[in-house]
Amino acid sequence: MTLVKEAPVRPAGKRPAAPPAGRRGRRRENLAGYLFMSPWIAGFLLLTAGPMIASLYYAFTSYNLFTPPQWVGLDNFTTMFQDPRWQKSVEVTLEYVVVATPLKLLLALGVALLLAQKRRGQGLYRAAFYMPSLIGASVSVGFVWRALFSDDAVVDRTQKIFGLDVGGWIGNPDYVLYSLVALSIWQFGAPMVIFLAGLKQVPQELYEAAEVDGAGPLRRFWNITLPMISPVLFFNVLLESIHAFQVFGSAYVVSDTRCGPADATLVYTCYLYQKGFKEAQMGFASAMAWTLVIAVALVTAVLFWSQKKWVHYEEAAK
Amino acid sequence: MTGATSPALPTATERRRFGSIAWHVGALLVLAVVLYPVIWVVGASFKPSKDIIASLDLLPADPVRANFSGLADGISGISIGSFFRNSLMYAVLAVAGVVLSSSLTAYAFAKIRFAGRNLLFTLMIGTLLLPYHVLLIPQYVLFRNMELTDTLVPLVAGKFLATEAFFVFLMVQFMRGLPRELDEAAKLDGCGHLRTYWSIVLPLSRPAIITSAIFTFINAWNDFMGPLIYLNTPEKYTVSLGLMMFRDQEGVSNYGSMIAMSLVALVPVIAFFMAFQRYLIDGMATSGLKG
Repeated sequence: MTLVKEAPVRPAGKRPAAPPAGRRGRRRENLAGYLFMSPWIAGFLLLTAGPMIASLYYAFTSYNLFTPPQWVGLDNFTTMFQDPRWQKSVEVTLEYVVVATPLKLLLALGVALLLAQKRRGQGLYRAAFYMPSLIGASVSVGFVWRALFSDDAVVDRTQKIFGLDVGGWIGNPDYVLYSLVALSIWQFGAPMVIFLAGLKQVPQELYEAAEVDGAGPLRRFWNITLPMISPVLFFNVLLESIHAFQVFGSAYVVSDTRCGPADATLVYTCYLYQKGFKEAQMGFASAMAWTLVIAVALVTAVLFWSQKKWVHYEEAAK
Repeated sequence: MTGATSPALPTATERRRFGSIAWHVGALLVLAVVLYPVIWVVGASFKPSKDIIASLDLLPADPVRANFSGLADGISGISIGSFFRNSLMYAVLAVAGVVLSSSLTAYAFAKIRFAGRNLLFTLMIGTLLLPYHVLLIPQYVLFRNMELTDTLVPLVAGKFLATEAFFVFLMVQFMRGLPRELDEAAKLDGCGHLRTYWSIVLPLSRPAIITSAIFTFINAWNDFMGPLIYLNTPEKYTVSLGLMMFRDQEGVSNYGSMIAMSLVALVPVIAFFMAFQRYLIDGMATSGLKG
């Protein structure tokens, strides 16, 4: 704390007036800049860059925390790729990302289109729909979800009305992942708010002109709304899929602390946690972490590349 | 479809009224699904344990207070208040750290022209997309070597070192939007950067700071993985870990109290949300537009 507070005292200096000019002034600006930045720089070196390098090194070692890391070359990676539980965790995570993200964004966009119309109570609805995004990650909501999706609870009884008799989803390896998907979709409010902000920026004249030309609501959505909000859509797809790759708490709390039953919710982070913190296989866990970083980087790169084809940055925001 | 160009009055109002009804029906439907789990937990915490799962009534016919009075016994000899104190401590420290360090960093990015600024800004944005997994293990090793596990230090150290790039970004965007004349006038009056930061930019950035503070508080309050990894003695557990301990040790015998504690744990977050929802929603919205 003291570091943060004291560091920037110096650049203010005692030297009065005379707006800094020339080389001396520039040097003083540089000094001030770096002093103000010093907490971030320390954090970046100590808690981000340094650890990244360390974890890259651990990935090629066998390390159990108690004896120093031992170089094992690519062993962690070869064991990992052949490990059936690792394969399972990749499968579970991909299914989660591919199912939850589009459904959540679809609902977010649909509700945003609804709320974009100026009606009474619009602000209240917006606030209420946003709330799950704030509490959804809590253990409390995890417990609620567990209760709602257990045997004989509300979801089970509702599905029976429709003739689906599979019992509560929590204990059923074929369904339990969908209870997590449902929890993710329930938090559609955060992307919805971003869609709403994007929709507000679409110039009304475009719609009026299209209406004069006889374009129906579907045409207007497809040819005006969608292209105009594509930057926001891109941002949401990027953010939500990266988040989905990192899901942990809900798998740990809603299903059970082993991310079971039968590894049905063994999401990637959950397996990484088990390997690193339960079995003290820090080398293996680091190899897993770096594999995930590379996978997420690839997804991000593909999204950015695909951007040229479908994202329109004309006279974008502002 | 062409009706709009030659409006026939009665059909237009009729259609508008129908549209309005459809809109409200749709919105109420979504509202029901969104609020169901929240109302459920309120109702369940006033039901006897055996009715919580089995009974489909959202609110109990005969509300009981036993679940809440059961909380007074604590969990395995630790009082419930201890979990809440620990969470509060964590959240308050996190807020102090984020507000202080992020605003200093943001000031440098937004208001000081120094060599390497653009490069550092790009690096900072890059950390936004970095999966935290890759830092999880090495950070744990680091804090373990420093013998700081089982304290709050590993949980809040990053907050004091501006590693929450999202909030730095939010504040940079906000400070860039402040009128330049203000800090130029301050400079002419002989204010150094520290004075300008403290008495001009910081007070004007209040909306961005409030947004960051509330989000930080809520994130720390909800945080599960951080405490799970770093805290080992039950006396130091936060509410999230206390709830998990509750489930593991008394979850079956004392289900009602566990649900009651879940509700109590949600109250601060919901209260903050109700008080500051405008700041939170606007903060989210701008992040998306400028991102």
